[in-house]
Amino acid sequence: MGILELIIVSLIKIIVIAVVMLLTVSYLVYFERKIAAWAQNRIGPNRVGPAGIFQPFADVLKLLLKEDIVPTAANKYMHTLAPMIALFVAFSTFAVLPIGPSFTAFGKVFSFVVADVNIGILYVLALTSVGVYAITFSGWSSGSKYSLLGGIRSSAQMISYEISMGFSVAGVILLAESLRPIAIVNAQSGWMWNIVLQPIGFITFLVSAFAETNRLPFDLPEAEPELVGGYHTEYSSMKFAAFFLSEYANMIISSALIVTLYLGGWQIPYLEMLKLPAGWVVTLQVVAFILKLIFIMFFFIWVRWSIPRFRYDQLMNIGWKVMFPLSLLNLLWVAILAMIL
Amino acid sequence: MAKKNRLKDLSFGQRIYITEILKGLRLTLKNMFLPKFTMQYPEVKFDPPASYRGRPVLAMEENGQERCVACGLCSRVCPALAIEVQAAETENEKERYPVKFEINMLRCIFCGFCEEVCPEEAILMSKDYELAFTNRADAIYGKDKLLTPVSKLQDRINFVRQFK
Repeated sequence: MGILELIIVSLIKIIVIAVVMLLTVSYLVYFERKIAAWAQNRIGPNRVGPAGIFQPFADVLKLLLKEDIVPTAANKYMHTLAPMIALFVAFSTFAVLPIGPSFTAFGKVFSFVVADVNIGILYVLALTSVGVYAITFSGWSSGSKYSLLGGIRSSAQMISYEISMGFSVAGVILLAESLRPIAIVNAQSGWMWNIVLQPIGFITFLVSAFAETNRLPFDLPEAEPELVGGYHTEYSSMKFAAFFLSEYANMIISSALIVTLYLGGWQIPYLEMLKLPAGWVVTLQVVAFILKLIFIMFFFIWVRWSIPRFRYDQLMNIGWKVMFPLSLLNLLWVAILAMIL
Repeated sequence: MAKKNRLKDLSFGQRIYITEILKGLRLTLKNMFLPKFTMQYPEVKFDPPASYRGRPVLAMEENGQERCVACGLCSRVCPALAIEVQAAETENEKERYPVKFEINMLRCIFCGFCEEVCPEEAILMSKDYELAFTNRADAIYGKDKLLTPVSKLQDRINFVRQFK
């Protein structure tokens, strides 16, 4: 492929991913509200359009029309920078996550990933760590005690859980012998999904993913009863929307990461036995990836409306005394497994 | 269920959270498919029971006359000072009637004391709960808005006779 062709194809992919991400995020908010309502025997939003389908657009319009307030005690530049970092991290992480296998069309090979980076998983981990800055900056620069407490809690929480997350990922990498997401997916062909091979690693990664995305039961940075809104207490209008969007975008990315690392990505076991034409196989595999993604995202929301928030000391106890040793145990188990296989 | 709420009393299965979390998840999932309690308000209206204390109204007999004898007890008992009554004489059997009877709905707290104190069963709490005004003057309900035929209040009258 020539350089021009590469740029055009990549640009198209970026635009598609960005648009799909934005739409998914807005509908994730809608489904969050719907599922919350269903779990509480309510109906949920149903006024804007049929069954409330256009509710996300109404929400975004409302946020756009709100006044943008920067507190006088705030550090204006940091205050503005923080939501930008949050959005940037949230939207750039998806670039390395493959949605489907590569396929040949018009005599050329295309792949369902914006950038097939050979250190893709490292890139994801690095960017999610940058995401901590967004929350810490927003908490520190707001000049409000609630924001500061939320920001500090968040950085402590994310750093603690990043360790168990990293060790869980190390187990996956050990089996796949590659940091390239596509290679990791290919290593999980058939029933060799990592959730089957290393269930403990899956659980530690799942819990860490909840903590990293600040979702309940680990949403201490924005614990409403204690901290008003946590790190985004002093944000309004589109800056608040940026945090809101990035939270949900992070949820999508975490789900995609879980699917890629543990649920076999786009793989469908025994699909090759049906002997379907190549086009059908690719379509089915992309659909499989999306279905797995939707299930994990549903799981995120489902857990949120089932489990109460942890206390701060419990959070730290679980992070350091349970999740960290468990992920180490998992690494040991995978090392033995790698020797046998 | 046995009272097990201390950490030391928990069994191993309860301590590792996972089974308990799955129980919680099962409960919420089950609830997602149960019937909903939401009443779609503007389309479906709530029909309150007789014990409901809505907007206070004045009972009007079939001949178009109010039962009220303008004794002023409701006005006296009203803790929010929402009721204003002005009495006048009349040729009828009851001899007195209110020329002016006003309830300020911005002040009314729906306590139902007026109804309780009324010797004539003339002031009653209706089932009307849709009270919205666009200005303060509209919130002062005069006789024109308060008078309601007895037939419409029968439910409440029966309730009051039973429990008062």
